[in-house]
Amino acid sequence: MTDVAVDWRTSATLLGTVLKALALPLAATAAVAAWYGEAVVPFLAPLGLTLAVGVALERFDRHDLRLREAYLMVALTWLAIALVGAIPFLIAGQGVLADPVNALFESMSGVTTTGATVIDSFDAHGRSIHLWRSLLQWMGGLGILVLAVAVLSQISVGGAQLMETETQTENVTKLTPRIEETARLIGGIYAGLTGLMVLSWLGLHALGLAPNVTLYQAVAHAFTAVSTAGFSPQPASLGAFSPAIQWVTILFMFTGATNFVLLYFLLQGDPTRLKNSEEFRFYLGIVLGLTALTVTFLVGSAQFRGVEPTIRHALFQVVSIVTTTGYATVDFNVWSAGAKHMLFLGMFVGGMAGSTTCSIKTVRWLVVVKSLRRDLFTEIHPEAIRPVRLSGNVVDEETIKDIYGYVLLSVVIFALLTVFIVTDATRATEHVGEFDAMGAAASTFLNIGPAFGAAGPYGSYLHFPETTKAAMIVLMWVGRIEIIPVLVILTPAYWRS
Amino acid sequence: MRVIIVGAGQVGSSIAQSLASDHDVVVIDTDGERVDELTYSHDVLPIQGDGTELEVLEEAGIADADMLIASTDSDETNIVTCGVAEVLGDAFTIARVKQPQYLRAWERARGAFGVDFMVCTDLLTAKAIVAVIGLPTAHDVDMFADGLVQMTEFEIPTESPVANQTIAEADRFDSLTFAAILRDEEVLIPTGETVIQAGDDLIAIGSPESMRGFSTAVAPQSEGPSDVVIVGGGEIGFQTARLLENRGYKPRLFEHDEERARWLAENLPKTTVLHGDATDQDLLERENVGSADVLVSALDNDQKNLLSTLIAKRMGTDRTVAVVAAADFSSLFEAVGVDVAVSPREVTAEEITRFTRARRAENVAIIDGDRAEVIEVEVDAESVLVDRPIRESMADLPEGVVLGAITRGNDLITPRGDTVVQVGDHVVVFADVDALTEVTEKL
Repeated sequence: MTDVAVDWRTSATLLGTVLKALALPLAATAAVAAWYGEAVVPFLAPLGLTLAVGVALERFDRHDLRLREAYLMVALTWLAIALVGAIPFLIAGQGVLADPVNALFESMSGVTTTGATVIDSFDAHGRSIHLWRSLLQWMGGLGILVLAVAVLSQISVGGAQLMETETQTENVTKLTPRIEETARLIGGIYAGLTGLMVLSWLGLHALGLAPNVTLYQAVAHAFTAVSTAGFSPQPASLGAFSPAIQWVTILFMFTGATNFVLLYFLLQGDPTRLKNSEEFRFYLGIVLGLTALTVTFLVGSAQFRGVEPTIRHALFQVVSIVTTTGYATVDFNVWSAGAKHMLFLGMFVGGMAGSTTCSIKTVRWLVVVKSLRRDLFTEIHPEAIRPVRLSGNVVDEETIKDIYGYVLLSVVIFALLTVFIVTDATRATEHVGEFDAMGAAASTFLNIGPAFGAAGPYGSYLHFPETTKAAMIVLMWVGRIEIIPVLVILTPAYWRS
Repeated sequence: MRVIIVGAGQVGSSIAQSLASDHDVVVIDTDGERVDELTYSHDVLPIQGDGTELEVLEEAGIADADMLIASTDSDETNIVTCGVAEVLGDAFTIARVKQPQYLRAWERARGAFGVDFMVCTDLLTAKAIVAVIGLPTAHDVDMFADGLVQMTEFEIPTESPVANQTIAEADRFDSLTFAAILRDEEVLIPTGETVIQAGDDLIAIGSPESMRGFSTAVAPQSEGPSDVVIVGGGEIGFQTARLLENRGYKPRLFEHDEERARWLAENLPKTTVLHGDATDQDLLERENVGSADVLVSALDNDQKNLLSTLIAKRMGTDRTVAVVAAADFSSLFEAVGVDVAVSPREVTAEEITRFTRARRAENVAIIDGDRAEVIEVEVDAESVLVDRPIRESMADLPEGVVLGAITRGNDLITPRGDTVVQVGDHVVVFADVDALTEVTEKL
């Protein structure tokens, strides 16, 4: 018997398991809906569906997961969750989410932890729908972590191998001998951080520093802050809350974009790994540097009165964009060009590898910077052999090549999407400025959320033509799973034996 | 003493040669031709076979042997040989290894692997090179008494302010004793009136600080080196770079094999590794090797080492150090312009000599091949030195002997005429080869 090229049945059974697991969050949201006296059908219907499909898919024969099946499974899982996630929006039929493209956009934006929304009127939707949006993001944030540990570390995309280099373990899965155990540990840290954020919001409320915080608000935002995702049930996003809440949220967004393996060691009482991590210092440096520049621009344009608000809003927006969260405390759309461009640059940074964050990620930039510096050196000393090191560990040349490829690919896709947004808008006789189009392209493809112009932090993606939104849906998906798995399963060679 | 040597390569043959006259030597090697060669050149019993095999060791008479020296080119073979020998008898086992990782494991638990003494040739050589680099005018450096005492051989350059001074004039350092002057073929034991001449090799024994001080006095214009170039990234080159990195240097290292160069670059974070041939003059010029303070040539070929050091010297490198595999060439190298020649075999032989010679010496440094030795001895109640001033005891010792340093506990005592030596002191003594036997008996 010859081996089939791709054992899609194995991928299908794993997908079935994931779909079955979706029943739990759906049931939880249904319970919340019932508590608030809202319709439960939007959640119970997909619950029945996922259970049925999940059980059906699990009946296929399962073999060992090979690389090919892993690619397929990764790509399909995110697509399937996005499709299921859209069902409650459609059935609830409230506001703009009654439209299938909008519903899928919102759902894909949710599971990919993008945070770009099409909602124009937040009051049109029930609390359960808002909670479902937040929950989708929370699952998306955890999903990518578990995926990175369990699957992506075996797929060559440069990021996961770097996470290994950076955390000075030969293999991320070696946090414990068993992958399952590691995934559980990381999930525990994730859930713990979420719980801690809920408690700190409620604590600030109890101290009188956060008047309008309720348990609902605390939970909904904790789901989307730790996952660096960015949906908020409030139209004004974090601008609706007190400065104390905003400061605390900065901390949780920042932590969510920090390598969870380093967080694990920190919790084990070993802060040296975090301290010695070059990527962490680079990430911190970028955040502080961009904030300093933004503050300068804000002071120059006299945007805010007082030192604290200026620093807070600059830091908040920078952390929110760099970590790809996408919350806002103010409408940065009206900021001066300089400040806005700082945020635009921040979109391409991303947080650390091995965190919930998206975009290019700091570790890749660090390697690019170091390898460029090396190239300058070897220009003068052609015979010099100078390995690129991360926290003292050598990064192998293959990984560096992967990273250059990844960065290049990201830039190309970003540029093509920008062109597409501009031309598609013209076709639909709408006008989207070029900077706004670049912002929207980066924001969706790099999974950040808010952009500039009409799609700014207090605006929405509703006005884009359906075709543009469809393209964004695809690219949010592609961007979240780091491009390569999708490209791989689209190559003919993948399907040949 | 019956000594079994496993491995008749360069080191094995060299040891066999130095031991054959005084001891019963059995040499084991798998290579039949080498074994045959040995039969003709040395008075030893050659056995063809694998030293890790029980039968072969038994045939060599391991049960009655006093010592087994495993010196093949394979570290693993040497270690296993000692392990097997341990099972078959109680011979003192010496393993020669190249890779320092085995040495590190062995140092953690002395006696591990059935090895009683482990000699890491390449590490020893690298240490010798690094010690020489640290002292700009030094030829040879050896440490005694756990590093409290250092023996250094200085070559006095023509322009040195010390040249033409008397010993009394030059002796401005508290804890420094001028033990001997090697002038041409002579070994002079200096007195206060002896005049130091340019070209002399001066042997000094004392504290490392005073050595650095005297080194500056010999060549005031040469500060400590900052730009060190290493040619050849074999184990010696690698270890030299590593030790230099530990001392805060950022050396440059040339290696012609690309894969090895990459490995070196990955394992030497502070070293700039260059892929290229050290005899490629264009490359050396491009990399401005002429401006280097020191160039160490550690290639695996003596001729190439000579060539690369001479090229560097011609380009303007201040000081050159060459590794010389054939110990006999050391003096030739230094004669034609290489500043210091370091022989791994000599270094290894020195290390092994401590155990092969039945004497109480704790530590030995061999001067200039075999013209003299510096030995460290722990003084016991039998010694002629005990409980009397040195002035008196020196009368009972032969000529050609100088008491260089005394250590008591962790203190260094500079010997003077009225110093009284106690039981338990360690003395570091310079001895002319003719006086050696008598000295070791009396101390």
